[in-house]
Amino acid sequence: MIDKRVADPEQAVAGVADGATVMIGGFGEAGSPIELIHALIDHGATDLTVVNNNTGSGEVGLAALIRAGSVAKMICSYPRSTNSTVFPDLYRSGRIELELVPQGTLAERIRAGGAGIPGFYTPTAVGTELAEGREQREFNGRGHVLEHALTADLALIKARVADLHGNLLYNRTARNFSPLMAMAATTTVVQAAEVVSPGEIDPEAVVTPGIFVDRVVHVGSPAHESDLVARGVTYP
Amino acid sequence: MTSAPVGLSREQMAARAARDIADGSYVNLGIGMPEMIAQFIPEGCEVILHTENGLLGMGPSPDDGYGDPELINAGKRQVTALPGASYFHHADSFAMIRGGHLNLCVLGALEVAANGDLANWSTGGDSIPAVGGAMDLVSGVKAVYVMTSHCTRDGTPKLVESCTYPLTGVGVVDRIYTDLAVVDIGPDGFEVVDLTAGVSFDEVAALTAGPIRDARSTEVER
Repeated sequence: MIDKRVADPEQAVAGVADGATVMIGGFGEAGSPIELIHALIDHGATDLTVVNNNTGSGEVGLAALIRAGSVAKMICSYPRSTNSTVFPDLYRSGRIELELVPQGTLAERIRAGGAGIPGFYTPTAVGTELAEGREQREFNGRGHVLEHALTADLALIKARVADLHGNLLYNRTARNFSPLMAMAATTTVVQAAEVVSPGEIDPEAVVTPGIFVDRVVHVGSPAHESDLVARGVTYP
Repeated sequence: MTSAPVGLSREQMAARAARDIADGSYVNLGIGMPEMIAQFIPEGCEVILHTENGLLGMGPSPDDGYGDPELINAGKRQVTALPGASYFHHADSFAMIRGGHLNLCVLGALEVAANGDLANWSTGGDSIPAVGGAMDLVSGVKAVYVMTSHCTRDGTPKLVESCTYPLTGVGVVDRIYTDLAVVDIGPDGFEVVDLTAGVSFDEVAALTAGPIRDARSTEVER
């Protein structure tokens, strides 16, 4: 019988090694798996490469992970936030590396990684500094840049509903990168506000099929980043 | 010494751009000034707004107390989903963009060059580089419009011969809405297709740092 549940966030992130690549779902606070990120901070793995669209806000969640010194490199499209100086301070002092990727290219690199496609050509960024030094090729008279797939050792995902097989539903625009990251990681860990039995999610409605999910942890009332930031919470 | 011409307010610019959006269009509005266009879509014209973080059918900000921190736009502001809306993941969202399925995007600009080059993502120097979805939008959306003040606050033209800031895309802009004029990108540079009331072509040309011609059709002239 398949039951992918683990007892708590600590067990969910167990086994991540120093130097691992970790994909973290979310766009801003929508879909950010804060409880799993905090468990990763507690775990203490260092020298991580983290893939997320942003770099967090305040001093909780992703920003807290970066502030803890766990992250050697960020791969993202938009490392700015109105209410966090964590990433900018480290970046300006040369203590964190940044790979800046156009948002759609980032999504497609992750999708490709999960789909067994090692690389692809895209017209995005041709003629800009983000395409400098990259292999380029013309298709239909138009320039394209070669992009390489992204994979990860671990993906941290926030879902609204999971069943014991790992089939997932998300909440509104909290879906964003998560279905792609779930495919692209060796181990995909999901925190879900509701965990149900197989059959309780309509197969027609499943967004992420359970084959892409390894561990499910029930986090009944997940924190919202903006609430924590507004209350001045810092982690740990 | 002549005084600077009086141009449109931000709201008036948004209303002017909204007038040109066709009924039934799928449109992505950039963060900041272009977002305001949504408030001025004419009655009887149905436009489906796309936000790249995974929503088609985006509606206005929610009433106080009715927001969901996980229902946001690309600027991370809380929004609503209108009847007929759909949610999707980022690869699908950028397939809509890169695959040419969106009719129009309207973006802000630091500079637009006479050949349609756009610079809007980086001021260079010490700023933290952040590109978001801008390069994907300009590479894939069928029509790329820009909405911007004609000049910077210190009076420097933003419509230029060639961009000095890092490029977002090469030859991608089709049309520019400024406080002073509506300007198309033509084969020989900027083409003024409409002027703000009370503003002359010569005034616009004097505040533009690239080749520009008067392309208003006689029918449009009043």
